[in-house]
Amino acid sequence: MSPADVVASVCLVAGCFLCLTAGLGLIRFPDVLNRMHAATKPQVLGVLLVMTGAVIRLAGQPIVWMLVLVAVFQLITAPVSAHMVSRIAYRRRHVRRDLLLVDELGRPGTAPPTRPHPEHPEGDPDADEPADGPESGPRTTS
Amino acid sequence: MTVVAIACFALLGGGAVLILARLALGPSLLDRVVSTDALLVTIACGIAVYCAVYRDISLEPVLLVVALLAFVGSVSVARYIGGMLVSAETPTDATPSDADLAGHPEPAP
Repeated sequence: MSPADVVASVCLVAGCFLCLTAGLGLIRFPDVLNRMHAATKPQVLGVLLVMTGAVIRLAGQPIVWMLVLVAVFQLITAPVSAHMVSRIAYRRRHVRRDLLLVDELGRPGTAPPTRPHPEHPEGDPDADEPADGPESGPRTTS
Repeated sequence: MTVVAIACFALLGGGAVLILARLALGPSLLDRVVSTDALLVTIACGIAVYCAVYRDISLEPVLLVVALLAFVGSVSVARYIGGMLVSAETPTDATPSDADLAGHPEPAP
């Protein structure tokens, strides 16, 4: 193995190891924002490492620009999709509020706004969360 | 280089199995969106590792398609859930269904 192959091998194994850490984090972490934190590691650094290894290994071939294009595209699109998913996760209360240190989207000093529940008006702070699927009943059709 | 291929595919396979477990278990739809995104990234890494190890460039257009599909899929599902959220908050007849109570990922603190 030439030194270039050694560098490419290290990059490939490191990128694949980041994919394994994403799986571990997705299993272990408690809510959507923490799981997004774990799943973003291979989306940026893992893809960059793997593409670097592949470019080193495939240097001279005419199609290497496509690997660079994939890496740039991941860098552009990962923040966009992460922003949309995390905003909707916050609005749908898929967030463990006891784990938050700073809540910049909520008003300071106040609890998140909750609508009174029709059957349990005294509490049940998660009652206004809509269901996940289209099977949530007549409320999506009205 | 064979050792590198075995190590890379073992790591990717372990990660993909764990991601698939979260995709099956995931208590909410957003967990499944996140894990699908991670699974597509794992597939893209696997294709890139195959191309790099065997010096085979025939699969690289597939790599570009997978990278595009991850973005379009997660954004479109996120927009879909956002539209469900708007249509679910406007009426006042909010009665919780079974999915309302079972689909929540964590109990109230």
